[in-house]
Amino acid sequence: MKLLGFIIVCLTGTFLLYGTSDLPDWGDPNSPASLHLSNHYIEKAVAETEVPNLVTAVLADYRGFDTMFETAVVFTAGLACFLLLRDFKPKEDRYYRHVPTGVVLHFKDKARQLRVGTEFEAVDKDWVPSDMVIKTVCRILIPFIQIYALYVVAHGDFSPGGGFQGGVIFGSSFILLAISYNLKTLMKRVSEKFLGIFSAVGVLIYVGIGAIAMVMGGNFLDYSTLAPLLPVNPGHIRALGMLGVEIGVGIAVMAVMAIIYINIVSQGRHDEGL
Amino acid sequence: MTEIISLVVAKYNYWLYIVLMMIGLYAMIAKNNLIKKLVGMNIFQTAIILFYVSIGYKTGATIPIIKNAHGSHGAEAAVIHAAEYINPLPHVLMLTAIVVSVATFGVAMALCVRIYQRYQTLEEDELRMRLSEK
Amino acid sequence: MLWPIDLIVLTFVIVTAVAAISVRDLLGTAILFSVYSFMMCLLWAVMGAVDVAFTEASVGAGVSTVFFVAAVFSTSRRTKD
Repeated sequence: MKLLGFIIVCLTGTFLLYGTSDLPDWGDPNSPASLHLSNHYIEKAVAETEVPNLVTAVLADYRGFDTMFETAVVFTAGLACFLLLRDFKPKEDRYYRHVPTGVVLHFKDKARQLRVGTEFEAVDKDWVPSDMVIKTVCRILIPFIQIYALYVVAHGDFSPGGGFQGGVIFGSSFILLAISYNLKTLMKRVSEKFLGIFSAVGVLIYVGIGAIAMVMGGNFLDYSTLAPLLPVNPGHIRALGMLGVEIGVGIAVMAVMAIIYINIVSQGRHDEGL
Repeated sequence: MTEIISLVVAKYNYWLYIVLMMIGLYAMIAKNNLIKKLVGMNIFQTAIILFYVSIGYKTGATIPIIKNAHGSHGAEAAVIHAAEYINPLPHVLMLTAIVVSVATFGVAMALCVRIYQRYQTLEEDELRMRLSEK
Repeated sequence: MLWPIDLIVLTFVIVTAVAAISVRDLLGTAILFSVYSFMMCLLWAVMGAVDVAFTEASVGAGVSTVFFVAAVFSTSRRTKD
């Protein structure tokens, strides 16, 4: 199999290398990809949408329909992870730690319960002593990460960034909380229901803005028809519409990243993990 | 000689992208571990994304964020020449491709975890043996 | 774009790609794959694709590595090749 694979790879590589002779020179400004549609985007985007970051303008306005379904794909991935892995059966083995002495009790009987309070705490199978430095640093860091994520979403019109990146950064702040404390702490603060609702709400915000544009008498996702609804300069309405859909994308991506992480790390049981 | 040098300068990027893509393809075909195969798939994917992004590159152009456009209102902005800015269209297509790739990567990892729960292995030959036993 | 930077980073990308698929420890693969993604992000930043580079830095080098480590944590590190 290794030899066969190597032969196939060599053959394919040779054909592809032969194919590069027809490609335009690297960095050629007159290559076919840079001649037709993209010139319109570069020259007219600021006049039409008032958004200096061309990537955001094309992503959320000119190709908004495309991005809507990309968001739907991300939502579907979260749903697929949930359906593949989620396991609602309560676990047989439970572990409790007696805080003053440090003795870990292992319960195999499902019926026996121990009240968790100041004396006993529920722990994972592999108990790791909590490190004060890590916990404190992460607790201070997480709000700043979240504010940075909000900045990335809100400032995506003017600088690199946007809904996808901001959503991923916000989701990774949840993952940092789960890693520095434990998964139970995250599940207590951000419940599964919250994440599920938010991943759907993000897509619905996107679709909803498009549908409102239709109700106002324009095409689907034509933000210029939203002008009577908002008290702003009508020239700037497209930038605001883009901000709205970017917020929707950010919410959906944030929730889906957290859902995928929680399901993979706890194998669907949502009790313990990294 | 000068022709060969100009050919290499014009095309060496494409050649290295193809080498990268073939590394990914080899991992997908020949590796035995499912997670290794996934890594190969991701390398293949990023090689294609790299090729697309490099199509939009223009020599002597700057990043696709219009200068001095913040706060100006449409008509007052200076005339923009397309040759001064890198083509933004491949960037848009590939930006969404990266996010979709991480979503598919997550689903693939979930499948791997599920396979491991049932068969206690991720090696392809052992999996095939377990499947033929039943 | 400066061609020496381009060439050096591309060489690093190819070396880390080969290392990621040939190392015999899945946790090592995870970290090498993260390095690979970050080198790719540098390459895109040099190429002027700042949005793509930002996405790759947060998605490829950040979250997908976390997913990878989580999957290795809940399966096994062992690999035969």
